[in-house]
Amino acid sequence: MAETHEGATRRDFIHVASATMGAVGAACVAWPLIDQMNPAADTLALATTEFDVSGVEEGMAVTIVWRGKPVFVRHRTAKEIEEAGAVDINDLPDPETDGARAAKPEMLVLVGVCTHLGCVPLGQKATDPRGEWGGWFCPCHGSHYDTSGRIRKGPAPTNLPVPPYEYISDTVIRIG
Amino acid sequence: MMGARGLLTVAAAALVSLGLTAAPAKAAGNAVELPSQNWSFAGIFGTFDRGELQRGFQVYKEVCAGCHSLDYIAFRNLADLGFNELEIKAIAAEYEVQDGPNDDGEMFDRPGLPADRFPAPFANDNAARASNGGALPPDLSLMVDARPNGANYLYALMTGYGDAPSGVTVAEGMSYNAYFPGHQIAMPAPIADDGVEYADGTKATVDQQARDVTAFLTWAAEPNLEERKRMGVMAVLFLLVMTGLLYASKRKIWADVH
Amino acid sequence: MSGPNFSNPVVRWIDHRLPVFTFMHHEMHEYPTPKNLNYWWNFGSLAGIVLVIMLLTGIILAMHYTPHVDYAFQSVERIMRDVNYGWLIRYIHANGASFFFIVVYIHIFRGLYYGSYKAPRELLWMLGVVILLLMMATAFMGYVLPWGQMSFWGATVITNLFSALPGVGEWIVTLLWGGFSVDNPTLNRFFSLHYLLPFVIVGVVVLHIVALHRFGSNNPLGIDVRGKQDSIPFHPYYTVKDMFGLGVFLTIFAAVVFFMPNAMGHPDNYIPANPLVTPAHIVPEWYFLPFYAILRAVPDKLLGVLAMFAAIAVLFILPWLDRSPVRSATFRPLFKIFFWIFAANCVLLTYLGGKPAEGIYVILSRLATVYYFFHFLILLPGLSIFETPKPLPRSISQPVLGSGTAGASKENS
Repeated sequence: MAETHEGATRRDFIHVASATMGAVGAACVAWPLIDQMNPAADTLALATTEFDVSGVEEGMAVTIVWRGKPVFVRHRTAKEIEEAGAVDINDLPDPETDGARAAKPEMLVLVGVCTHLGCVPLGQKATDPRGEWGGWFCPCHGSHYDTSGRIRKGPAPTNLPVPPYEYISDTVIRIG
Repeated sequence: MMGARGLLTVAAAALVSLGLTAAPAKAAGNAVELPSQNWSFAGIFGTFDRGELQRGFQVYKEVCAGCHSLDYIAFRNLADLGFNELEIKAIAAEYEVQDGPNDDGEMFDRPGLPADRFPAPFANDNAARASNGGALPPDLSLMVDARPNGANYLYALMTGYGDAPSGVTVAEGMSYNAYFPGHQIAMPAPIADDGVEYADGTKATVDQQARDVTAFLTWAAEPNLEERKRMGVMAVLFLLVMTGLLYASKRKIWADVH
Repeated sequence: MSGPNFSNPVVRWIDHRLPVFTFMHHEMHEYPTPKNLNYWWNFGSLAGIVLVIMLLTGIILAMHYTPHVDYAFQSVERIMRDVNYGWLIRYIHANGASFFFIVVYIHIFRGLYYGSYKAPRELLWMLGVVILLLMMATAFMGYVLPWGQMSFWGATVITNLFSALPGVGEWIVTLLWGGFSVDNPTLNRFFSLHYLLPFVIVGVVVLHIVALHRFGSNNPLGIDVRGKQDSIPFHPYYTVKDMFGLGVFLTIFAAVVFFMPNAMGHPDNYIPANPLVTPAHIVPEWYFLPFYAILRAVPDKLLGVLAMFAAIAVLFILPWLDRSPVRSATFRPLFKIFFWIFAANCVLLTYLGGKPAEGIYVILSRLATVYYFFHFLILLPGLSIFETPKPLPRSISQPVLGSGTAGASKENS
């Protein structure tokens, strides 16, 4: 019965065709079941945030939320900008020039999540400690960031990340 | 033997049951026949007419939105109607949306963003009732799905206002409607000839507005309708071919048994 | 019996320690299946596949659903509008429930027609009835989850039934509700149990299949397999036939899911639940309608509840009600007629369950309910005694091979 069958049927075109079509169908069905775990439309709608920086006065800093994370927007003073630029980048644990980190030097936009283990560093409010370089200080394990948000001392391995952003007008940035 | 005759009997019985069990929904109070309209989105190849949706949106905005919320539609969804990103931002910005609390602990209003949903005209159901003589204008996001034969029903409702037939008394504050269950509806006739001035210049008769707002609300209830039907055509065609192939495979393998 | 020889060393290593491959080979290639099974035998494997579809889509929906009265309805709308392909997964799950019952009801009626519940398959049948009960509990709780008007009011009506039980009734209802009415505690626990029960169903299905494999499948002639000439290996014959049947099923299922996804549902469930407004006509989903009709047919509350449960309980004892030694209706001309009358009565009960409890519908429901119990409790036992069946063929192969023995006897074998 089956013995004499199997030799002939295994290579029959019709069976190969059916099985192939079945496999294609299975793949078409599998994709939506996987894609449903990707961010939904309402989540994606919050993937970009626009912010008008003209409300941030010189010397002040504002924290906004982008993709569920805090984003620091600091309107730097001339002194802070100068300090950020006057560093030999080879001395930095994560070498990066200040110019590469701010499109407009007076407005610094950083993701406020410490690159060590994810706490939110202090330094946004006037009363906050700012660490030894006048930027930000992470109280969890003692990371110090300078006025460009670069790591100077402490366990954090890299500088505070700069989120993807652009100026869509003179005063409005779009992040993400 | 069971065979084909039995199969047909069972299939017939199943179809009869399906048809009959669909009936109770219609039997709920509506003795009036609902006339069937031609809708662009009906049938297996149905699609939305973007012009119709945009006009319907205009009717919703200018006529209905004063009382009826559209809770499940976000401004970004209007891209389906053909609006581009800037137009959507502009539409959203026309609305005030509550946000907060701010650093003082207070809630505040800000202009809408594309990610926001349409804000409701009333803060809650009680406020809605207070402004409408005790009646609650329902949310319209799912209205087409929440009524049997929803699209035809909505159109009939919009155009079904008129004088009560002789012998029928209409209660204080109610209006007569030929298609509303019980024939007395708290909402006065919402649309009138030339009630809106269409942006595309179409003449805004009651019939036109009713048609357009029904199409818009059908979209609001099911934004994925077109994708569903498009995928459906491909899926059924694919399955028909695959089932045909499988039948051939089956016959081939069973050839020595038969 | 020595197992098959596998050429792949990895396969051999695993199989020696956990004989899954030998097991699969036995089930597929060696397990003898009657050669004369018709398409009504496809519905068992179809039911198993629909169960898998429901599990997959259900687990995915649970990733996005919130089981709280304030968020349930809108979380379902979020699935429909924002989750990628959420609308498709939701429609598959909702319509899959209906199709699960269609397939299982046909599977049950196949069993009734061909006497598959008779010795030695009584336990197989009873496990099936247990699966049906579990399906009904699962489906009932699942329908509550979207928290629409029908969800809420269907839950209220059905949970209130238990108050009919004397003494403990009220206490049981309060325990089910977790409060003084259907509310958030009820919804939360229904979500938990709705997620749990399908896995219990899987367990009972395994037992169901083990019981099946003890004696093998019944067949349209209702006579036992006598030897190798009466049977064929499950693979490739029934695997390919089941695949074809699956293709037909999926085509019809896809047509419904994509083109009429709300046809079997109720528009009122697109209205968020409102404990202060009762819908004009509370109707359960179609697959509960015959039992709903029986419930309402009896004017007494407690007796109505008991009659509804009795309608399923009577299925458990069916092997002892119908004692005819002839299994298949093919050879039982009177039984065959009454089978179709019974089937028509079930369709009538389904129809009546969806109608308001007024006028002629009440009388018809009572007649149909009485007939339902008459069929099982009086007719079937009576037929066992008084019916003269047609003569059975000598074996399954005989009709195919023609006159196997010269002067083939027309007597019962």
